[in-house]
This record gives sequence, structure tokens and C-alpha cells, in this order.
Amino acid sequence: MSIYLNKDSKIIVQGITGGMGAKHTALMLDSGAQIVGGVNARKAGTTVTHKDHEGNDVTLPVFGTVKEAMAETGANVSVLFVPPAFTKDAAIEAVDAEMPLIVVITEGVPVQDSAEVFAYLQGKKTRMIGPNCPGIITPGESLAGITPHTITGKGPIGLVSKSGTLTYQMMYELKDLGFSTAIGIGGDPVIGTTHIDALEAFENDPETHAIVMIGEIGGDAEERAAAYIKEHVTKPVVGYVAGFTAPEGKTMGHAGAIVSGSAGTAQAKKEALEAVGVKVGKTPSETAELMREILKSL
Amino acid sequence: MDLFEYQARDIFEKHGVPVLGGVVATTPEEARAGAEKLGGGTVVVKAQVKTGGRGKAGGVKLAHSPAEAEEKAGEILGMDIKGHTVHRVMIAQGAKIAEEFYFSVLLDRANRNYLAMCSVEGGMEIEQLAVERPEALARVAVDPIVGIDADKAREIVDAANFAEDLKAPVADVIQKLWTVFTAEDATLVEVNPLVRTEDGSIVALDGKVSLDDNASEVRHPDHEALEDKAAADPLEAKAKENGLNYVKLDGEVGIIGNGAGLVMSTLDVVAYAGEEHGGVKPANFLDIGGGANAQVMANGLDVILNDPQVKSVFVNVFGGITACDEVAKGIVGALEILGDEATKPLVVRLDGNNVDLGRAILREANHPLVTLAETMDGGAAKAAELAHL
Repeated sequence: MSIYLNKDSKIIVQGITGGMGAKHTALMLDSGAQIVGGVNARKAGTTVTHKDHEGNDVTLPVFGTVKEAMAETGANVSVLFVPPAFTKDAAIEAVDAEMPLIVVITEGVPVQDSAEVFAYLQGKKTRMIGPNCPGIITPGESLAGITPHTITGKGPIGLVSKSGTLTYQMMYELKDLGFSTAIGIGGDPVIGTTHIDALEAFENDPETHAIVMIGEIGGDAEERAAAYIKEHVTKPVVGYVAGFTAPEGKTMGHAGAIVSGSAGTAQAKKEALEAVGVKVGKTPSETAELMREILKSL
Repeated sequence: MDLFEYQARDIFEKHGVPVLGGVVATTPEEARAGAEKLGGGTVVVKAQVKTGGRGKAGGVKLAHSPAEAEEKAGEILGMDIKGHTVHRVMIAQGAKIAEEFYFSVLLDRANRNYLAMCSVEGGMEIEQLAVERPEALARVAVDPIVGIDADKAREIVDAANFAEDLKAPVADVIQKLWTVFTAEDATLVEVNPLVRTEDGSIVALDGKVSLDDNASEVRHPDHEALEDKAAADPLEAKAKENGLNYVKLDGEVGIIGNGAGLVMSTLDVVAYAGEEHGGVKPANFLDIGGGANAQVMANGLDVILNDPQVKSVFVNVFGGITACDEVAKGIVGALEILGDEATKPLVVRLDGNNVDLGRAILREANHPLVTLAETMDGGAAKAAELAHL
């Protein structure tokens, strides 16, 4: 088991012919993920060729629409490498096609576009991960996104993080133990899948024995996740929050990462998590140590 | 990006929101000319700073003539309000205010939609009103697809308990403010106070607007002109020109990394390591972003090495999209260009995509200033140590 993504997931790539799309299609194939095609309206009917993880050529069809791609391939996941100006339309197309899972990697999407897409998919069949995220990896089974698949393999830990590179860092710190699924939810103010959604899914996943939750400054998502953990999560959770040294009023890279007055500080998030029994590490390596101790005691 | 009041006023006017005349001035003489342009009568001279509480700080003054406007502007220009130096004043037409109200619409991160807030008790700080008289502040959720249409505007003025005869004109202004919010891709549009003047018109007297930087980049080329370039740190300005995500901080250890989360984390780890090394701190936040090539890396290094406060540099890259060999090439290339000018030690920690290639490039170059670190903690400690020497 895993969350949201497994070995049977059939993935298409919206933007498969672009630079980033092509590069990461190749890397996803190399991880062993089932990539079954792509979408680009202007290149419909053509194909792209990459190597799979065994070094064999794989020729993937390029479709004109998501709907067509789903009908022809049975795809149930779409990864979006579409420029920010066109991300909203691409996401809405996938929602209209009833794509079960869309993973929006694109950075720099206008927040009103994200809010509109999120409102649009209410009551529909699509879950969105992202935007501005590294996507999701179920090690040894599948990869929908840009996380390096070589860091570590399958294991008992579920990981949810706003940040891509911190996800990699934490997977690396715990590479001896491995992960059920690692999901990067993205650092934008409006995202499709939250810490709480991932916590709920990990709680219900029998293969996940413990959860690492990585947050960062800005907003109050970590505080809300803490309240959720208190009520609903029985598995042990270890936390890490980045940005203790971030000054007020400066956006630290992620559009959502900003301390406004006393709101959104790393200290407040750490305290909220600790108040519900989550052990919070000061650094990624210390967080990994906390997780290691917890798994030993299970 | 947060706008100055005068910029908000101009944007309101552009979208048909009723505002009073206002002219921005950077010198007392310009203030006098501005007051004359507004008819020569009573004006308000208002400090333009991106912080609250300027009235209490003496940054808002009434002037009954252009000569007095010049004098008051002379008093206000150059003032320090909560650490913000006043470089501009707005000369605003005087208004005979009968009543003050409050309205705002903003991105609601928690609910992933928008929130409109409205009160017939305007004028005071909204945080204060929310705490002291929460029942007086109407909060109405706004669906991002439907927006504030006529029905929603009516719902808002009903919830805020406006007098019947004011509901229609206020709702009309609220719809225009919604146009500002969507047409300019704002994350906040706030009017405090929204006033009824003695002659019965509804006017946005003071506005606060925050724009979404992503949207400005994607579809509002005109927003670039709103940037307060003079206020930006010169290194921040240079980094921005090169497309780098850079924030100047106050310490001695220059930081370069990829991905906002990892860079923030690196700052923290360096600060902790600094506690063992004379209290050295991170000098900056610099995210080279995903997929950076050698040139981007070299540009980043250039910005950091030009910061006179920097004593050592820690490069911490975990390659996902970014390839470690590109990072290594960028470091070697930048050091070659700098030649003898490069004097600051670099600690480099690489992991992830093409890590072996990256490390090999650095080993081969064997530059005397570069130390390879095996781990993030080890690299942070080494960089802190070198900054303290």
C-alpha cells in the first residue's frame, strides 16, 4: 500500500514535449513508473521516445486532449509541466476529463488561478497536488513528479512536505529506513492537497507506520495540521519546520513563505506541533534521529 | 508586492472606484504644486510608507493652503515611521466626512477562497475592531469562480448592517473594488476608511493593495513600474535582475542552495552552527531555483561574493531538477572569472542528481578556496568556523 500513487498508476504528462516535461518524463520512466503518454494539442498524433528503467526504448503517444489520452491509455494520473500562464486551463481540462489525480509541478502560477482551480474541482472527481511542488513518489513503485527516485527505497515512513528539496534531504537522512510514500504539497498560498489531507491518507495506509511532516514559515497550515493530529492521527508523527531565522515581511522563495507580524513564524508552528505531542527536530538530521528512535520503539 | 497608498489610489481610479484627488510629491515644492493643482484649498499631507500607524506618528497633517502644504510636507519628508524613512508624501484633497466604514477583500489561505470583511465602524485598525467588537465586522466568504456579483455585494452590505439608503451605493463601490482585486491580481484590497461625505457620496479615502508577484510576472508587465526600486537593497536589486531569489540578511555566512525549503533550513542550520563559532549568522537567503545551470550558479556566487559582510560561503545543493555537475561548473567558472579577486572560502555540499560528476569536477579543479563537505550539518559547521576566523 501507499497513498495516492502505486505500481498500477498510469501516468500521462501534460506538457510532455516541453523541455522540463521531456526531461522528467525520461526520469520518471527511469524510476520504473508507468508513463503511458502525454498531451500537447499542437503536437497531437506525434510520439516521443525515451528509455525505460531497463534501457529499452519506449515510444509514447502524444494526444490532443486529456480526455483522449485517458480513453486511449487508461491513465489515472496526470503530471503537469505547463508554463504558469497556461496552468489553470490545463488543470481545468484534466478536471473536466475526470482525471483522478493531477500533480501540478509548475512554479509561479498566479494565486487567483490556483484558487479558481481549487474551487472548480470541489465536488468533482479530481484530487490536485500542488502547484509549485515536487510531486509524489511511492519508492519502488511509481513516481509522479521530479523527486529523484534514487535516494531511497520502500519503507515504513510516510512523508509530507511543502518543500521539494527538503523532501529529498529528509529522504536522504532516512535512506536506511525507506518510505511508503513521500509527497511534496507545494509552497504556494493555495494548494490542492494539504498536510491534513496527506496525514489522513497516511493514517489510513497500513504500510505507513510513522509520519514525518515538514512545514515552513507562513500561513497557519501547520497549526491546523497540529489540531488535526490531536483529533485524528494515532500513528507517531515527527515534525520539522524551516525558517526559524527568517525575518519578518520578507518572502523566502516560496510565495507562501512569509512571516507577517507574529503570524506564520517557525517558533509558533513548532509550539503548536509540540503541544499535541509531535516531536519537532531543530534540523533535518535531528528530525531524522527522532524518527529513528520512534521506529525502534514501535 | 505591497503598494503605496498613492499607487492604490491610482489603481482604484483606473477601475472606477470613487476616490478624491491625490498627487504624490517627493519635495516640499512638489507638495505645494500638488496642492495648487488640487484647487488651492484644504488638503491632507500624508506620509507614504508601507506600514500602519503613520497618523499617530505624525505622518498625516492637514494644510489649509499650498504654502502650508509645502511646510507640512517639509516636516513629514525624511521622517522615520517604524523604521521606514518617508521619501514621498501624497497631497490629498480634503473631504468633509460624515461617516467612516471599512471594507476589504483578501485571499483566505486557510479556506482556499476569498474573504470579504466589512463594517460600518471604519477608521480604526481592523485588527483592533476584530478583537474589540467582532460582531461589528461582517465576514463573508467569496467563491473564486462567482466572485462579488450584485447578489454577493448585497449580502455583504446586509451583513454589515448598512443603513438602507446606503446599501445600493456601497454595494456598487464594493463591486468596483472586486474588479480591482481580479483585474490587477491582488491578494488584498483594503479600504479604511471608506467614507460617506457630507454631500452623500461614497469615497475610498485610504487604500491598501497587495499584488500577487506570480501574476505580475505572468500577465501584468505594467506592475513592474510600481516597484519601489530605490528602497531595494542594491544586492537584492542585482540578484533580481539575474532572476535570482535573494534576500539580504545581517550575518557573515553567505548561503546558496536550491529550493526555498532547503535554503531556509540551511539558514537555520548555519545559525545553530554559528552559536559554536562566535555567533556568526547567515548573510542571506539565495535560492538558485530548480534546474539552475552553471551560469545561474555563477551569478548567484557573484552576488554573494560582492557582499562585503560575507566572510565564508556555504553552497548546499540537493539536486532534483538541478544537476550537481552544473552547480560544480558554475562554481569553478565563477572562481576562474574572479581570479585573484576571489578570497572568501567556499564550503560545498552536493547530493542528488549527478552528484558524482559534480564532486569530480570540484575535485579536479582543486581550487584552494573550495572545501567539499559530506553532509549538510558538516558543511554548515565548517562554513561557520571559516566565517569566524
